Amino acid sequence: MTMLEIKNLHVEVAGQKILKGLNLTINPGEVHAIMGPNGAGKSTLAYAICGKEGYEITEGSVTFKGKNFLELTANERAGEGVFLGFQYPVEIPGVSNMNFLKAAINSLRKYRGEDDMAAVDFLKLIRAKAEELEMKPEMLKRAVNVGFSGGEKKRNEMVQMAMLEPIFSVLDETDSGLDIDALRIVADGINRMRSPEKSILVITHYQRLLDYVVPDFVHVLANGKIVKTGDKSLALELEKNGYAGLGIDENAA
Amino acid sequence: MVSTLETRQTVEEVSGDYKYGFVTDIEMVKAPKGLNEDVIKFISAKKKEPEWLLEWRLKAYKKWLTMEEPDWPMLDYKKPDFQDIYYYAAPKSADDRPKSLDEVDPELLKTYEKLGISLQEQEVLSGVAVDIVFDSVSVATTFREALKKRGVIFCSISEAAQDYPELMKKYLGSVVPAADNFYATLNSAVFTDGTFVYIPKGVRCPMELSTYFRINEANTGQFERTLIIADEGSYVSYLEGCTAPMRDENQLHAAVVELIILDDAEIKYSTVQNWYPGNKDGVGGIFNFVTKRAACRGKNSKVSWTQVETGSAITWKYPSCLLIGDGSVGEFYSVAITNNYQQADTGTKMIHIGKNTSSTIISKGISAGKAQNIYRGLVKVMPNAENTRNFTQCDSLLIGDECGAHTVPYIEAKNPTAQLEHEATTSKISEEQLFYCLQRGLDVEEAVSLIVNGFCKEVMMQLPMEFAVEAQKLLGISLEGSVG
Ligand SMILES: Nc1ncnc2c1ncn2[C@@H]1O[C@H](COP(=O)(O)OP(=O)(O)OP(=O)(O)O)[C@@H](O)[C@H]1O
Ligand SMILES: [Mg+2]
Repeated sequence: MTMLEIKNLHVEVAGQKILKGLNLTINPGEVHAIMGPNGAGKSTLAYAICGKEGYEITEGSVTFKGKNFLELTANERAGEGVFLGFQYPVEIPGVSNMNFLKAAINSLRKYRGEDDMAAVDFLKLIRAKAEELEMKPEMLKRAVNVGFSGGEKKRNEMVQMAMLEPIFSVLDETDSGLDIDALRIVADGINRMRSPEKSILVITHYQRLLDYVVPDFVHVLANGKIVKTGDKSLALELEKNGYAGLGIDENAA
Repeated sequence: MVSTLETRQTVEEVSGDYKYGFVTDIEMVKAPKGLNEDVIKFISAKKKEPEWLLEWRLKAYKKWLTMEEPDWPMLDYKKPDFQDIYYYAAPKSADDRPKSLDEVDPELLKTYEKLGISLQEQEVLSGVAVDIVFDSVSVATTFREALKKRGVIFCSISEAAQDYPELMKKYLGSVVPAADNFYATLNSAVFTDGTFVYIPKGVRCPMELSTYFRINEANTGQFERTLIIADEGSYVSYLEGCTAPMRDENQLHAAVVELIILDDAEIKYSTVQNWYPGNKDGVGGIFNFVTKRAACRGKNSKVSWTQVETGSAITWKYPSCLLIGDGSVGEFYSVAITNNYQQADTGTKMIHIGKNTSSTIISKGISAGKAQNIYRGLVKVMPNAENTRNFTQCDSLLIGDECGAHTVPYIEAKNPTAQLEHEATTSKISEEQLFYCLQRGLDVEEAVSLIVNGFCKEVMMQLPMEFAVEAQKLLGISLEGSVG
């Protein structure tokens, strides 16, 4: 069964038409990359998939594993196995990373009709995942993203992804703000999530990440639509010639 | 410590209802309705009080007759009709003094079990000693014998009047004088029961002490009085909790709490206040007009007030610290939640009298629905108080657009060496925070509860463990339906 099928998607934000007839199909096991100029609507697409309030779908459909996704609330969509790595991760003062993740895991389990995770198992799991992503254990006790550097926030998103084990992840510019070592650590983290049952949509501006996380498809989003689709060589081509090389005016996103 | 999990489960269980709103059907003895000298004599006789105490009450009553109800708080309510209230109501079975648990009316025990306080269990499992006040009387006090062995006196204030007259005479009204203010004076005239604690020199009280206040009877007021004395070098942690049935009429709760702390002693006083807040349209609920004051009389004495206020239609409450002894320390940690039509005017007073005294105020106000939340605080430094310090932080969190938060800090520094710091913030739960939580799988109520608990963390951390869990649940419950 298809993982995600988006047909003729039109999205308005604050009365402004952002996406205008976008089509995208992602099968299990595939990694897709979306590139495109600033303001093209990449984050808008991510939010529309995940059900953020204020992103009004005026036309089209989003189907996830055969389910009409537009009927589900944001947390139900998360329950179905969708994870969004935020371009700008949000701070939650006073709530430790640890408690946040515990609440998240148990909410997801409840949605799936499972019991809460035992506290011991949770601790083991989170320590293991933090170590994989080379995050210091102290960070787990700190409030969610509060006072984290840009790169630390992105790495924190990856720890969350590793903990929540989504079947479909949208990673919105997870590579921005990472130093060279961190990029490799994060890329390894993403690659660990690859499997024949799982799919990933990476939104990025740089070819760099795609050297590590090799995509099956690369799409270019401009003017509210996918204007070009290719394999990983398309990213290389863009890196060389820019969007202008595709005949896209960068200022007229 | 954070128990978002339990919070969630409870939120689901109660789904928006005040779960403490039931009424216990039990035979009651009441004073005639209304207030006059005879009613006061009736109360005093019921309590078999010594003569001096009756006189003290009558003096307060005469003073009260000359006083006006204050209208400076930013509160909007219909003033109570003081002749339409029962000033004494007690279960018939509690006509005699509080007894051991085996003798307590099973109907009462059931009431507390329904409230989640299994007295037997409390006694065996949690090691928290409880004084149970039902309307106008204390019906049971647990662990009293065990405590007595350490010299700790833990009993109802009615008993203390009979059994410890010297301590009572010396300290009653010594912190909150009978003529202090309208509601405190009323309380001095008609107070019915409450808790008395004395911790002797050098004793660290071996367990948490607590009082659970329950208003049950209709048209009654609860006027409890608590007196805690921590003698030199002693320590005690004391907790109070409160609930009331759901009723369309407003009920009055006017309490007085006095704390006395001598040299090197410490009292930690925690409150989880969950009186019935009224319904969604603002009908009914408790008027909570309370005077709480601590006198740090000894050098290096310390008092810490921690309160989580989620209930009551109207709250009017300023737990205060008189920092008299040199080097004494006062702390005030407060979470006040108001939802629907609730109003809270609450804060603290830190009066620096001795040298090198310091105080900390952390106040977290949360407003939702059409509620109003006011922080009112006074930091006063007297001329002889050298080298005092105060740190005040007032944070307000708004949920929705129809509620309000106000901060009214007064500072009077009469000594130039004082170091006073004040910080205040107002924020909203952002759409971004909510979506972030939802995307991770939490539903809206879980998300709000998590964010609010995070906002209150510095205060919640001050609560003893058993209370922290309870308080976190309450935060979630009282904000139900406030978003989305
Ligand atoms: N709340 C809003 N009100 C008005 N305009 C908005 C709002 N949210 C997004 N937009 C607009 O929608 C357009 C698409 O934004 P989006 O964040 O999806 O772009 P993007 O492709 O992710 O860009 P970037 O590469 O810079 O992250 C932008 O022009 C942006 O200004
Ligand atoms: Mg973006």
